[in-house]
Amino acid sequence: MATRERPVARFAPGDRVTVLELGKAGHIRTPHYVRHHSGEVVQFCGHFLNPEDLSVGCTGGPVIPLYRVQFRMDDLWPGYDRHPGDVLVIEIYDHWLAPAATATH
Amino acid sequence: MSTHDHDHDHDHHEPLVVEDDQGNQEGQLLADALQSLLARKGLISAGEVMLEIQAIESPGLHLGAKIVARAWADPGFKARLLENGKNGAAELKIKVGEAQLVVVENTPAVHNVIVCTLCSCYPRSILGQPPSWYISKAYRARTVREPARVLEEFGLTLPAGVPIAVHDSNADMRFLVLPLRPEGTEGWSEDRLASLVTRDSMIGVAQPLPATAA
Repeated sequence: MATRERPVARFAPGDRVTVLELGKAGHIRTPHYVRHHSGEVVQFCGHFLNPEDLSVGCTGGPVIPLYRVQFRMDDLWPGYDRHPGDVLVIEIYDHWLAPAATATH
Repeated sequence: MSTHDHDHDHDHHEPLVVEDDQGNQEGQLLADALQSLLARKGLISAGEVMLEIQAIESPGLHLGAKIVARAWADPGFKARLLENGKNGAAELKIKVGEAQLVVVENTPAVHNVIVCTLCSCYPRSILGQPPSWYISKAYRARTVREPARVLEEFGLTLPAGVPIAVHDSNADMRFLVLPLRPEGTEGWSEDRLASLVTRDSMIGVAQPLPATAA
């Protein structure tokens, strides 16, 4: 495979991150319900082509890091009270994430 | 669906959605027109299209069941499968076509359930095509918000003390639930174990069949 630009993964499992609101239109894979929420990286999945580029025919890259990020359900949904251990895990591309401010939650 | 009574004056359509069980004429017409155009230009033949459809539809959930049964029977395999699902499947000569397979294990301490809120991402190469409810907007919207209620509607009532992990399969990973091994199956062959593994148990909306079902 040809060498592609390969940005370094900024996050590692255990890191606290916040999902950004990038205000982008089009084929984006970051649903609204996790935006502005903070969670914990549980897996670095590898580098993948950005679906926002792929959807408009740009297949040349760069590839970008993808992570699985875990959120507490009672953080995501007001009034959620089933079990404090209930979580949601979702894949988020690197550019949608920022380091979480400390002392959250 | 709009409730505005003036909308009938507009030439408006809901976006094409696969959950439309009424038969989606527009999508079908468009696909037919495209196929005949490509055939007339000599770019494809009808036979090639048929072969491609067969290739897409041939994987079935027996492949997923085989993976689960081996994991139940062989702790070493299970460990490797949880570490890397694609490599684990490859040990059984099962080719996972998707970028990566993440296997999530149900235990007495966590129940996993899979959903794709954005569309219908699904490990098709080992489970075949997703059921229509998996693609429905109701399942997609509600599973991330009230998973226990959704599971109850599937007939699965979890003990209140068991946490739920919902996996939104929204990007490049694909997910397989490794269900809890049914009680009373000690010493069973992998084939017999596989007969208890249902599609729904590998999505996480059901438990596998009980030992008495084999």
